[in-house]
Amino acid sequence: MSNLADTRQAVHPGAGLSGGELRKLLICIVLFALAALVPFVFGGYPLQIAISIAMYTALATSWLLFSGPTNYIALSTAAFFGIGMYTAAGGIELLPYPVLVLLAGAIGAALAAVVGLATLRVSGVYFVIFSLGLAELVRQVMTWLQHVLGTMSGIYVTIERSEQEYYWQLLLLAAVVYLVGWWIGRSRLGFALRIIGNDEVVAVHCGINTALAKVVLFIISSAFASIGGALVAPRWGYVEPVVAFNPFVSFQVVIMALLGGTHRLWGPVLGVIPFVVMWELISIEFPNQTTLLLGVCFLLIVYVIPNGVTGLIEDAWHRRDGSAKGPLQRAFAPLKNLLQRKSDHA
Amino acid sequence: MDILIIGLLLGGTYALMAMGLQLQYGVARIMNLANGEVLIAGAFGAFWFYAGTQTSPLLSLLFVVPLAFALNWAIYRVLILPLVRRAKSQGKLEVDSILATFGLSFIFIGLMVAVFGAQYTDYAYLSEPVFIFGERYGLNRVVSFGASVLLCIGLYVWLHKTRAGLALRAISVNPSAAGLVSINVARASAFAFALGGAVTAAGGVLLSMYLTFDASYGVVFTLKALIIVILGGVGDIRGTILAAFILGLAETAVATLIDPGLTLAAAYVLFMIVLLVRPEGLFGRRTA
Amino acid sequence: MPDAQANEALSAAAVSKRFGGLVAVDNMSFSLVEKEVLGLIGPNGSGKTTMMNLISGAFKPTSGQIKLYGASIAGIGASKVATKGVARTFQLVRMLPAMTVLENVSAGGVFGHARRWGKELDEYAHALLRRVGLPNAGNAPVSTLTYIDQKRVELARALASDPKVLLLDEWLAGLNPTELKIGIALIEQLRAEGCTIIIVEHVMHAIRSLCDRCIVMNSGAKIAEGTPAEVLADHGVIRAYLGDENA
Repeated sequence: MSNLADTRQAVHPGAGLSGGELRKLLICIVLFALAALVPFVFGGYPLQIAISIAMYTALATSWLLFSGPTNYIALSTAAFFGIGMYTAAGGIELLPYPVLVLLAGAIGAALAAVVGLATLRVSGVYFVIFSLGLAELVRQVMTWLQHVLGTMSGIYVTIERSEQEYYWQLLLLAAVVYLVGWWIGRSRLGFALRIIGNDEVVAVHCGINTALAKVVLFIISSAFASIGGALVAPRWGYVEPVVAFNPFVSFQVVIMALLGGTHRLWGPVLGVIPFVVMWELISIEFPNQTTLLLGVCFLLIVYVIPNGVTGLIEDAWHRRDGSAKGPLQRAFAPLKNLLQRKSDHA
Repeated sequence: MDILIIGLLLGGTYALMAMGLQLQYGVARIMNLANGEVLIAGAFGAFWFYAGTQTSPLLSLLFVVPLAFALNWAIYRVLILPLVRRAKSQGKLEVDSILATFGLSFIFIGLMVAVFGAQYTDYAYLSEPVFIFGERYGLNRVVSFGASVLLCIGLYVWLHKTRAGLALRAISVNPSAAGLVSINVARASAFAFALGGAVTAAGGVLLSMYLTFDASYGVVFTLKALIIVILGGVGDIRGTILAAFILGLAETAVATLIDPGLTLAAAYVLFMIVLLVRPEGLFGRRTA
Repeated sequence: MPDAQANEALSAAAVSKRFGGLVAVDNMSFSLVEKEVLGLIGPNGSGKTTMMNLISGAFKPTSGQIKLYGASIAGIGASKVATKGVARTFQLVRMLPAMTVLENVSAGGVFGHARRWGKELDEYAHALLRRVGLPNAGNAPVSTLTYIDQKRVELARALASDPKVLLLDEWLAGLNPTELKIGIALIEQLRAEGCTIIIVEHVMHAIRSLCDRCIVMNSGAKIAEGTPAEVLADHGVIRAYLGDENA
């Protein structure tokens, strides 16, 4: 997992938009415009799926903004998502909604700054562990705070909004995430991240404050997750800690991003779409085995498709001429060797 | 005062659980996020044994420990080794093993829910009070502590007095140098991983004697074990034991003085302090 | 060559570095004058690279002071030292493997002491490539370069930050005789342009021809200081390199 910018184009850092880049931008705009037309075509159940897809695309792509360049698996999406939900729910009587959404982003950013500054100067593994329990930690603290303040743990959020509006808001969020991701890739920060990804020692000696770069990315990524939570809060209707800080959100976002592929900005969406559809089916057919199947998904991705769907696509593209082995063959080669050796000794 | 006693009793059992992870991360260098689930599996094993036979759950150690050893050995050979072989760097191996063991933890949870159900579980064994310094404590906590201390001492002695233990300690300091003095690092790492799992499961048996648990509670234990290992210093057993006591005390103090629902927060505060002040832990080695 | 009344670019005062029980650098003190080329030589394991790492900020000294134009740089961390104007090359060339030559050179000129971007960066990077003798290599991936060319890129990257002090850590190592001539000529050119350089080297004729002054280290401590001719004739130095019989 590394850079967001396409290294095949040897363009000097800070260059203006090349023809190829302009073309890609236009394609993206067209795709988003098409996606915006979905509610005019679909309604009811398909639209609900579309809302899920839009939300998870925003979450998974913003996850990639941090975890892609740094290679640190952030398991904290649910913590920030929940904070966003609570900000919106808690302030619903006090502030206008758009302000709440921005406030959610700001609070998420603040927490991310604290967590990032504490953990990102040390090894990445510690960050991953910290992020694992963060949602649970925030949930515990929220529950305690409400206990101390004497409020009920759940908050009703009653805002009338149509399903179409949710879809467009989340689609807009996803578009903003893409825009920010694209802009970062072309900026000094993006250049710094590519250098860090190539050789961190060189990066440091070029004057790059590597820890700060990672913290900034984490802040941006987490703020988007908080905004996502704030946008979705009214849809839930009733926000309580167990629901808002559901760690499954974190895990599913990671799986979707990995499934899609973490080398390209457009990778996660390729994982979100099949996963959301598949998960709907699983939740209906095997409602009691969701945890187990989630685990199986993780293992499948790690062992069979480590580079995700984008990896498969790009491999197939390269294999048009050569005869390189496909990912399935490569993944099962060690098992094959093990079995062959066993039968040799039998 | 009773905070002190309960904290120490808790710390003692935490020590065993953290030792298991220390062996897996400090020696085999695998960040095993399914560690907590192995602990819970041990707890369920003890529960099942006690519910079935009504004899001391300590006896369940006799089958839980070897089973856990075998299971973790299998996990290392089947799941971890392919990752070790294909990893181009330690960093990539860490990422892969985190994801793989993470997925494994879900599979474990799913299986345990299917077999034991999703409800909270506990059992009453030795719950009569015992008096220490004039205060009453559950006998189960004291016995659990005692058993944990015995096992910890046994493990410590084994690590420091036997050749096999020396090999494991050598690997935790420097795997490539250990290989150069003809220690079979691959086999020793597998052994350390399996042993770590067995120790963790033993910790689960002991904790089950007085804690209420359910199938999805493992992650909290994984986090606490990790925090203990990091606080004590990766690769040093003495640190792990000391850190376990510190966590036990801190947790008990917070639970008693502030709120019992903030135990994880207490652990995280310790974690933050370690990261900000001394990231290599109490007994860890600082790199230049 | 240093001017008659030049500033002190770099100073080390009683610098020591311990790794556990091992003393890698022992009470080193020296002064580097602006536009001077200082050679740091000594047998293997004498602490030269550790000293360079201390100056560049990769390590923190156990004790002692290091100052860049009077400002303390000991222990502030490599990225801050780079921003203050110290640039270096590495003993084993460190390229950014997935990037082009131009990007490698540009990397040195964006974040640290010199901050350029966009067109200005592009022109400056191309000028540097011309200066080190690689005028047309801009778009080549670094993996296709020869070793001497990679070293040139690394040098250009270091120069991209307009450094006040340049550290060359065995930059001439691993070069064949033809490449060595080119390399020495390049450093000679930098010297003529007035760069302040510290060179760690084993190639003695390069030291003789390039350095105004030399410091010899052995077992972490300074055992001689002076012009290359003086230092290389010193008995203590010869004994350190070749043993007692040849002194």
